Amino acid sequence: MLEIRNLHVKVEDKEILKGLNLTVNKGEIHSIMGPNGSGKSTLSQVLAGKDAYEVTDGEVIFNGKDLLELDPEDRACEGIFLAFQYPVEIPGVANTYLLREALNAKRKYNDLKPLKHVEFGKLAREKMKDLEIDESFLKRSVNEGFSGGEKKRNEIFQMQILEPSLAILDETDSGLDIDALQVVAKGVNSMKSPDRSFLIITHYQRLLNYIVPDYVHVIYDGQIVKSGGKELAFELEEKGYGWIEEEKAAKV
Amino acid sequence: MSVDFEKLADQEYKYGFSTNVEQEIAPVGLNEDVIKMISAKKNEPEWLLEWRLEAYKNWLKMKEPDWAFIKYPKIDFNKISYYAGTKNVERPKSLDEIDPEIRETYDKLGIPLEEQKMLAGVTNVAVDAVFDSVSLFTTFKEKLAEDGVIFCSISEAVEDHPELIKKYLGSVVPKNDNFYACLNSAVFTDGSFVYIPEGVRCPMELSTYFRINAENTGQFERTLIIAEKGSYVSYLEGCTAPQRDENQLHAAVVELVAHEDATIKYSTIQNWYPGDKNGKGGIYNFVTKRGRCIGDNSHISWTQVETGSAITWKYPSCILEGDNSVGEFYSVALTNRYQQADTGTKMIHVGKNTKSTIISKGISAGHGQNTYRGLVDIGKNANNARNYTQCDSMLIGDECGAHTFPYIEVKNSTAHMEHEASTSKIGEDQLFYCQQRGISAEDAVSLIVNGFCKEVFKELPFEFAVEAEKLLSVSLEGSVG
Ligand SMILES: Nc1ncnc2c1ncn2[C@@H]1O[C@H](COP(=O)(O)OP(=O)(O)O)[C@@H](O)[C@H]1O
Ligand SMILES: [Mg+2]
Repeated sequence: MLEIRNLHVKVEDKEILKGLNLTVNKGEIHSIMGPNGSGKSTLSQVLAGKDAYEVTDGEVIFNGKDLLELDPEDRACEGIFLAFQYPVEIPGVANTYLLREALNAKRKYNDLKPLKHVEFGKLAREKMKDLEIDESFLKRSVNEGFSGGEKKRNEIFQMQILEPSLAILDETDSGLDIDALQVVAKGVNSMKSPDRSFLIITHYQRLLNYIVPDYVHVIYDGQIVKSGGKELAFELEEKGYGWIEEEKAAKV
Repeated sequence: MSVDFEKLADQEYKYGFSTNVEQEIAPVGLNEDVIKMISAKKNEPEWLLEWRLEAYKNWLKMKEPDWAFIKYPKIDFNKISYYAGTKNVERPKSLDEIDPEIRETYDKLGIPLEEQKMLAGVTNVAVDAVFDSVSLFTTFKEKLAEDGVIFCSISEAVEDHPELIKKYLGSVVPKNDNFYACLNSAVFTDGSFVYIPEGVRCPMELSTYFRINAENTGQFERTLIIAEKGSYVSYLEGCTAPQRDENQLHAAVVELVAHEDATIKYSTIQNWYPGDKNGKGGIYNFVTKRGRCIGDNSHISWTQVETGSAITWKYPSCILEGDNSVGEFYSVALTNRYQQADTGTKMIHVGKNTKSTIISKGISAGHGQNTYRGLVDIGKNANNARNYTQCDSMLIGDECGAHTFPYIEVKNSTAHMEHEASTSKIGEDQLFYCQQRGISAEDAVSLIVNGFCKEVFKELPFEFAVEAEKLLSVSLEGSVG
């Protein structure tokens, strides 16, 4: 599904990703953990196609296609979804409007007819119930005046509507209380499927108590320095990231 | 990622075709003979000709205003023709008498002239169709007359309701008010006249559709709306013009009079030809619009969506004379390519407890220059006057500009004023967010801009709000590559 090979990325002349490799197969849940500033958000933004990031080397293949060649909207239509660490506000644009436009853009890309208002409304209400989101959500402007938790929930809501084949969650758990965390986890777990993969970026092991990953990778200074099963997350939690640092230093 | 603000692609102007129709066009140039000719064409009474000539004499002494933030080559007023009318002399009595070419034009523009068609539809809108210098046809006249509402061309009103014209023409915008208003007073050709009698709520939306067709011809229309005590009317004005390489002048005057407890809602969707991507051609739009809230508790509301014209110079204003009267100005002005707009409002508070609201949204893209210019004037007897002003500008790209000139004059210490202003660049992050959800950069821009204009669009009658959103999207085409 996703194959990242030797990815090098620069921002404003500073190299941030320094030869990152990662393979995600269909149906797998991968977790990426790492200290602040290690390049987690950079990775997610590059995959989504943000143009401030310059890829200087390496390649990314997504479902057989050269992902880096595609515009961000085409990547989205191909099935990539990014739940942003900091979702933006768009004043005056109703949540439901953005989401219907998005869904219909994706449907058009896949040669499907646009969904009618009524059908969309029904779909949205169903998903909102599961996520314990209030109906008023739909009419409110995108993320405007939302609390941190509401914003994150909105990201998950959008993910549920858009049904991506690869969902990237960038620190969706940070800033959430335990109840909100459980709701988010439920939203993700309900979407697990053999055809869908997840890349769950997190700073803490906490979320992984609710969403059990198949693999855990540790990113440090722009590279994946350690990979393992879910037990790696516990090890990290216990020992902290300093341990990785020392280990890496010892190797050199 | 593909957002390239530098690149300005061809923007499609859907209404750029011209109609091939035999017209009677006055020779270019302006002098007393031309004015006499226009007046004679319209069978005007002597006093009105005198009125025109007086305006003309004053105009000759006036200087073209130069304070606005717009740049354009000097207009040669002697290279313009001041009258273009269709050949048939008699005013058509039914649609069948209108030149089929012209009827087709309105079909293409999506303007309904057949009453049956409208009646079958969901909404009721009566239309006055002005083609160059002449009002061709007004729909639903009889139906409106049942309620005593007069809706006709101003030329007809001069003939059929001279007492109203004599009383109100120039009572809001005096004939020597400013350079362009004065020119208009001398040479105005047609426009709409609306009269709503006491206590009547006009049963349908009224609208005038202005079309400039002839080459090298200016359009100088004049509109007058009078709302008697306790009446209500909602009026909409739309405009388009063919795509031509020469600039064309449009200098209109609109006068509104609201008596006690009356409400006038005046909406404009201005889509004159804006010029091509290199700034060639386009309409020069110099318009004076003003309303007088004469009576207590009267209410005038201007809503405008300005997307067309090479140059826009326009300040729809309210004079709040009656106590508790209310003036509102809701504006969206978009400049793309090389368009320039200097627009805003004046709210003149005279009466007590008068209230005004100004919401202005300026969007600049391409090389567009967008200026908000507004005056809030609180007179010395205007106790407890209130004004709320909000001016927001949005920039798309690096070559465009936004400017704000809010003037405030307060001569009464009980006034309550609130002013908010913001300028933002269309957010890269907002765009990326939409794109990440699958929406193209171009659609994302129009989605974000439409969101930005929401507060103004909600003031438009529903069908027109939909129209305005579409128009905005089309006008933004090519602002991202
Ligand atoms: N747009 C940017 N401009 C400049 N520096 C950036 C930008 N984005 C990220 N960085 C830098 O790149 C490094 C990695 O950042 P980021 O990917 O956000 O890390 P993480 O998400 O792991 O905390 C940091 O040093 C950060 O300051
Ligand atoms: Mg981050």
